[in-house]
Amino acid sequence: MSDNKKETKNWEPTIVAFFCNWCTYTAADLAGVSRLRHAANVRIIRVMCSGRVDPQFILNAYAKGADGVLIGGCHFGDCHYMEGNYKTARRFHLLKRMLQDMGIEEERCRLEWISASEGERVRTVINDMVEKVKALGPLRLPERFNEWDKEMEFIGEHNIGEEVHIHA
Amino acid sequence: MKKYLYYPGCSLHSTGKAYEESMLSVFRYLNVEVEELKDWNCCGATSYASIDEVQAFSLAARNLVIAENQNGNGELPELLTPCNACYLVLTKTQKYMSTYPHVKEKVDQALSAASLHYEGKTKVRHPLDVIANDIGLKTVSDMVKKNLQGLRVACYYGCQIVRPFADFDDQHNPMTMDHLVSALGGEAVDWPLKTRCCSGSLTGTIPEAGLRLNRRLLVEAVKRKAEMIITCCPLCQFNLECFQDKINANYGENIHIPVMYFTQLMGVAFGLPEGDLGIQRLFVKPSWHLSSQKGGVKVHA
Amino acid sequence: MPNHQNNGNMRIGYYVCHCGHNIANQVDVEALAAYISKLPGVAVSRSYKYMCSDPGQELIQQDIKDHGLNRIVVASCSPLLHEQTFRKAVEKGGLNPYFFQMVNIRENVSWVHEDRKEATQKAMDLSRAAVHRVFFHKELEKKYVKINPDALVVGGGIAGIHAALTLANSGKKVYLVEKEPTIGGHMAQFDKTFPTLDCAACILTPKMSAVKSHPNITLWTYSEVTNVSGYVGNYIVQVKRKPRYIDEKLCVGCLACIDECVYKEGKYADEFNMGLSKRKPIYMSFPQATPKVVVIDPETCIQFKSGKCKQTCIESCDRGAIDLSQKETNEEVNVGTIILSTGYRTFDAHRVPFYGYGKYPNVYTSLEVERLINASGPTGGELILRDGSHPKTVGIIHCVGSRDRNTNRWCSRTCCMYSLKLAHLLKEHSGAEVYNFYIDIRAAGKAYEEFYDKVLEENVHFIRGRVAEVIDWAANPAEEGKLIIRAEDTMIGTVRRIPVDMVVLAVGMEPREDAQAVRKMFNISCSTEGFFLERHPKLAPVDTFTDGVFIAGACQGPKDIPDSVAQAGAAAAQAMMLVDTGEVELEPNTAFITEEHCSGCKSCIPLCPFHAILFNDTSKKAYINEALCKGCGTCVAACPSGSIQQNMFDDAEILAEINGLLAIDNSEFYEKEAIHVG
Repeated sequence: MSDNKKETKNWEPTIVAFFCNWCTYTAADLAGVSRLRHAANVRIIRVMCSGRVDPQFILNAYAKGADGVLIGGCHFGDCHYMEGNYKTARRFHLLKRMLQDMGIEEERCRLEWISASEGERVRTVINDMVEKVKALGPLRLPERFNEWDKEMEFIGEHNIGEEVHIHA
Repeated sequence: MKKYLYYPGCSLHSTGKAYEESMLSVFRYLNVEVEELKDWNCCGATSYASIDEVQAFSLAARNLVIAENQNGNGELPELLTPCNACYLVLTKTQKYMSTYPHVKEKVDQALSAASLHYEGKTKVRHPLDVIANDIGLKTVSDMVKKNLQGLRVACYYGCQIVRPFADFDDQHNPMTMDHLVSALGGEAVDWPLKTRCCSGSLTGTIPEAGLRLNRRLLVEAVKRKAEMIITCCPLCQFNLECFQDKINANYGENIHIPVMYFTQLMGVAFGLPEGDLGIQRLFVKPSWHLSSQKGGVKVHA
Repeated sequence: MPNHQNNGNMRIGYYVCHCGHNIANQVDVEALAAYISKLPGVAVSRSYKYMCSDPGQELIQQDIKDHGLNRIVVASCSPLLHEQTFRKAVEKGGLNPYFFQMVNIRENVSWVHEDRKEATQKAMDLSRAAVHRVFFHKELEKKYVKINPDALVVGGGIAGIHAALTLANSGKKVYLVEKEPTIGGHMAQFDKTFPTLDCAACILTPKMSAVKSHPNITLWTYSEVTNVSGYVGNYIVQVKRKPRYIDEKLCVGCLACIDECVYKEGKYADEFNMGLSKRKPIYMSFPQATPKVVVIDPETCIQFKSGKCKQTCIESCDRGAIDLSQKETNEEVNVGTIILSTGYRTFDAHRVPFYGYGKYPNVYTSLEVERLINASGPTGGELILRDGSHPKTVGIIHCVGSRDRNTNRWCSRTCCMYSLKLAHLLKEHSGAEVYNFYIDIRAAGKAYEEFYDKVLEENVHFIRGRVAEVIDWAANPAEEGKLIIRAEDTMIGTVRRIPVDMVVLAVGMEPREDAQAVRKMFNISCSTEGFFLERHPKLAPVDTFTDGVFIAGACQGPKDIPDSVAQAGAAAAQAMMLVDTGEVELEPNTAFITEEHCSGCKSCIPLCPFHAILFNDTSKKAYINEALCKGCGTCVAACPSGSIQQNMFDDAEILAEINGLLAIDNSEFYEKEAIHVG
């Protein structure tokens, strides 16, 4: 996906974040209260537990144009629901392999444990991720879906691949 | 046991010759392999560092790089750096290279002119650190032939070894040498001035101030009934030892206290020949009365 | 199929809050309102200065009436702050409160982004997502659970004592659990209290006896909470009661057993006196210990160590209260609310070696001095130092382990005042010259500044500057045998050496060593420095993020006695509020299974830590016990057939939110869900 980088210079990545209500969302609030300025590329969706983050949501976000997805949950042992974050971690590792096969770079999907007191960490994680995704360039999945659809249409219209019988 | 590369710096080949002789003898006695770094250069201390830091860092970095190359066998090089000033400059260089990209960029540029590449793999080690933490005081204690029982020693660390980059001892109250003295059978004197200024290069530039600082240390050591001072820095040894007559003349004191390198004292306890330890180079000569019964040592100025 | 009011016609009201200048300065609120007004389904889009104010809320209610709104979106601060406020407003306006969505454009936008254009764009994206989301909101019923009226208080210092008494006096049954053999906490160790100089014991011990004798309080000392389960209103708590080898019911506290112990003198460091005196293996912390029951320390008792003691203590007890075979017991209690008042620990002065603590015998911590000058302390209140001397000069070093990047960055709040108090008391006890070395004097409290004035008038010396070191290096004959305090006097711009006989280190307050373990057990959070985290620093200072668990006293942060007591009262009142309501409203965010889609694969069942998912063997389908479900949504994400959904966070809602964020046209979804855009 190296050709992505020839996009306009002023391009800014869009990152969808799923933050758990008890730790990371609260930490993001703390970052706000502490006025910790950071990159404006991340759009936060609040869920009760990082365990609620269905891999579908992540795939959907990429499919609809996100350049990165960030998931934030409580540290191990701190889950408000005791063990939801362990489930998240397991799913995340499986999903990562799938994303790799799909050609979506590792840096575009990130799981972070950020406790309610770590407002500063919200800032550093967001800034770091934005920088990394910026370096990768846009993912452009919706546009590429269109291009692929067109290719398929072309193949269909031109009967490419159909066997041609030649008679002597 | 692993091999250590040895970076003498300018002092250990000149004023601090006794430090080199005794250190090498002691390591030989302890069966530790030491090999001098080939083609080493100035560490970049004081004069360079205060004029152009990047130049100083480049000099220091070159030593670190050639240490990486000399080892060659893939093992992480450990560079023995006995002089406290060298030790400070080399550790500071590593810290700056890893912390500040703009410093690293410039130093890398300078090194590339000599086709050198800085990896940051060299571990800078002070012999005091190696003796206490690699060899271990238990081994040291087991190797003692002449127990120093009854000898009261003030341990002087100086300003550079424990702060701010080293991490093998407490920066406010270093104790490694004190523990070492105990391991040799001697008695470390409680002397709160162990990291206070020895006057550095002031003895050469503003002698009055230098002597005043120097005197405080000596007077307090004598007052606390220390029979000798040991140190781990060539400049400290020089300052504390060589100005005693001047201090006595200027301030009406009567100070005659031997100031030795800790490696010299170790050598004495190990029963090594004095000639191998550079004892003859001392101005304030200790004279040893070996008590056969206790194996003890007495010092007379 | 979702249940929509107004026959599926979407009429969304969107409100963006200026929050004074907090939002409006960074976000172009007018442009935002104009942009949202053009989105499908939006009937009203407005901006207003303070949406959370009464007129703001009334604006929503009036619009619901005038414009027939059936969904409300408010873009303002964090939902953790005002979601409930707006839900109530929406409900008052006649809508189901869950037809509401909040957009956080203050904490998540205006307070963290500098570029106005970027911030406005982000606020637009987030608002659009919420507008997309509310299409799928469902009418939900509020859930209520009953509250058990009994309460648990953990920690029997002044905060715990006050909280327990407040609850008990209002007729609630309270379990008070204390780790040490006696209640009283740090306050019991203090000599006198600032700024009134009334003695700590005189004002504390009556409260301690009141706890012991209160019919509504069950006091368990020498005990620890080992496990907590359940939820607000219905907690189940396990308490471990350590054996004290004394039958609490039989012991009358006559202390005959201590006199008769085979040790004629105390031999082991007395914890209560900070090691300044010795105790025997059988001991009572202090004469007014509550309960007034002795305790045997098995670590030091000869019988426990070797089994070869004459056991004179047993003979001495005519009531037969000593029972060396006592074992640890466990209690289980059900409570509705929990107050944590586990207190603090003092900073370990060994961590700043240059102040000589542990090296020079005459360097003391402030807590040691409290014992040293106490009439019932190790010296009977006479100021005798560790080397047997009486000090003629004393130096008090402020901010030891406080306001220091190398140790703790925070101000411990109490040290200035207790240092002033100790200065006064030390002078009173010994007539010594007293020097205070301070950074700033923080005397912000009722009658605190006046107390500072009084101490100044008593000719206590104040030197403004941080102390570099305490050293026994005499520079002249006058300094011989003294401890020299070296400090910069910033008022006169010079380094000073003050020779003293005694040094007092005003050690700061830290989270207890077990704060993390306690936090985990009660499922609450800690702030960065390790003190328990309150729900809101200003508006919910004693609440935590776990409903029904409250915090009081220094476990939440450094505080003095008046503040601890005030907070304990507040925590008790919050607990009572829950109890007196009788029931508590829960978020209706539970999960449920659509039976026709469930394949009976059972993969959800082991995922639930609350055992809320069960399996119906007849129908071969899973089902969820709503009462046990806590609404985390982990099973929802895991169900392979998509048969599990979660109220308030179902797939359609979250997917719509994602699509909205990314500006994807939602029309196909609307069609699928038979929603008309009105």
